Amino acid sequence: MSAAHALQDGAIVAKRNLIKIKRVPEVLVFVLISPIMFVLLFAYVFGDSIEIPGMDYREFLIAGIFAQTVIFGSTFTGAGLAEDMQKGIIDRFRSLPMSRSAVLIGRTASDIVYNLLSIVIMALTGLLVGWRIRSSFLDALGGFLLLLLFAYAFSWIMALMGLIVPSPEVINNASFIVIFPMTFIANTFVPAENLPGPLRTFAEWNPVSAVTQAARELFGNMPPEAAAAVPDVWSLDHPVAYTLIWVVGILVVFVPLSVSRYKKAASK
Amino acid sequence: MTDIIRARGLVKRYGDVTALDGLDLTVPKGTVLGLLGPNGAGKTTAVRILTTLLVPDAGTAEVAGIDVGADPVGVRERIGLSGQYAAVDEHLTGFENLDMIGRLYRLGRDVSRGRARELLERFDLAEAADRPVKTYSGGMRRRLDLAGALVAKPEVLFLDEPTTGLDPRSRTELWEVIRELVQAGTTVLLTTQYLEEADRLADEIVVIDRGRAIAQGTADELKVEVGGERIELVVERDDEVPVAREVLSELAAGDVQVDDHTRTLTAPASGGAKTLIETLRRLDARGVSVLDVGLRRPTLDDVFLSLTGHVAEDGTEPAVAAAAATGGAP
Ligand SMILES: Nc1ncnc2c1ncn2[C@@H]1O[C@H](COP(=O)(O)OP(=O)(O)O)[C@@H](O)[C@H]1O
Ligand SMILES: [Mg+2]
Repeated sequence: MSAAHALQDGAIVAKRNLIKIKRVPEVLVFVLISPIMFVLLFAYVFGDSIEIPGMDYREFLIAGIFAQTVIFGSTFTGAGLAEDMQKGIIDRFRSLPMSRSAVLIGRTASDIVYNLLSIVIMALTGLLVGWRIRSSFLDALGGFLLLLLFAYAFSWIMALMGLIVPSPEVINNASFIVIFPMTFIANTFVPAENLPGPLRTFAEWNPVSAVTQAARELFGNMPPEAAAAVPDVWSLDHPVAYTLIWVVGILVVFVPLSVSRYKKAASK
Repeated sequence: MTDIIRARGLVKRYGDVTALDGLDLTVPKGTVLGLLGPNGAGKTTAVRILTTLLVPDAGTAEVAGIDVGADPVGVRERIGLSGQYAAVDEHLTGFENLDMIGRLYRLGRDVSRGRARELLERFDLAEAADRPVKTYSGGMRRRLDLAGALVAKPEVLFLDEPTTGLDPRSRTELWEVIRELVQAGTTVLLTTQYLEEADRLADEIVVIDRGRAIAQGTADELKVEVGGERIELVVERDDEVPVAREVLSELAAGDVQVDDHTRTLTAPASGGAKTLIETLRRLDARGVSVLDVGLRRPTLDDVFLSLTGHVAEDGTEPAVAAAAATGGAP
């Protein structure tokens, strides 16, 4: 099956997923409310108690919330696939002479739209609480693209999970257990250098820290004083490169794994 | 006649469970095969293997002359599948569901749309075509699912328990649709738990139990094996039971069973309606008042009892099993 067919079929599946956003806007409302809530909670509850050298905490915070939110957004991929499995829709797709990777390509693609929408909402909320982009337009654009790219890679991990678990509820609960530590033991909400021993090492090499650091730099939210305090490790010195390595690594491993799992997928 | 489905020695195991234990199937072109069996017999597993969704542990299968394992895509191009549960997207409209399937078959935009409208019309869904499927009844979803299986005008159609869970009216409607398809030349393999359904639709029936075929033949042949129809009658008073029993044993083709508590008598009636009328005549002549009487066709349970000596055991879905038991009564 050619790559052109995979993309063509993937677009048809993506369109189907996007129709759901239109028909069940409630889902979208929840997707968008939680980042707003996070921005407001952190900005106003912790805003005054967390000190960042040389900058306002709210400015520091936004990139972290972006990273956390787009990673949570990837659970949509898993939940959506698990639901399609449960409802037998995957069986229907698998009985058609369509490309074997199209359902996954379509699903991960349509979930970029969710993430894009939540980034827009978060950015607007951020602007309201005092966050500013202090870099060039191109840099900022790069920051947003990197966040989306990282989330896209992550959604392939979730795709595999979605094909394995027995029901969508499991995805939601399991992803909580994984994503919360991943996004908290990082430089998302507090600087990594503030964390104790082993947590600090974990945070330094956590790709979530890298993508957050990269976004901060690209948005111009990293004044020299704050930058000086960032732990001196390769991952955080080269956050864009380190993030891209993770993106490629995740895709190389999880795209084939997910596709092969899809081929064998048995409905529950 | 060419065989359009041919399966030899299919085996599929799930851990300790042997879902299929060496199943052979042959379906000549243009005919309907009914795969009849209780819950857990292996019907869905067989359908999933034949439709390329599942790879068997052993055995071979050919559909439309193509080996299922060697060229699954070739098979998928020629078959339609309507699974045990309607696989339609709740959030899409009926039209969008069918159009999506058409596009995935690469029908091209206009052809796909035209085909979707045509099928919606044919399945009596035209009015609901542009409503989300969420608002459809069970029968409508089932019809839409079947329509989805027909988008690419397949040579072979697989229907896994197409009417399970439907009310009697929707069931009759669906039977009608399936019969029309068969008249138009489609080969159909359908699975069912209802002997009556297999009887109405199938040219040939294979009874399966624990992954093996335990009997094969036309509905009539199976019924003869099972003892055919039974007369069931209920008399008004206790003291009439012995008289009725005497009358029945004169006419019946086998032993008369009596339930004194409910004053119900049943006996095999080889002569069908004629035997029934003669029984009533004699009962009337002897002054017995009959409360209720009927010819009961054998159910899947009867078939199983006589073929295997045990009742169709399973217990996972008692409601369905109960429906199957009453489904055979006229
Ligand atoms: N994915 C599976 N994992 C484990 N056991 C299974 C699976 N699918 C089917 N089985 C078992 O295989 C047997 C046959 O199942 P199935 O083909 O679904 O029967 P039917 O469709 O006739 O009800 C049953 O005992 C069932 O529990
Ligand atoms: Mg089944």
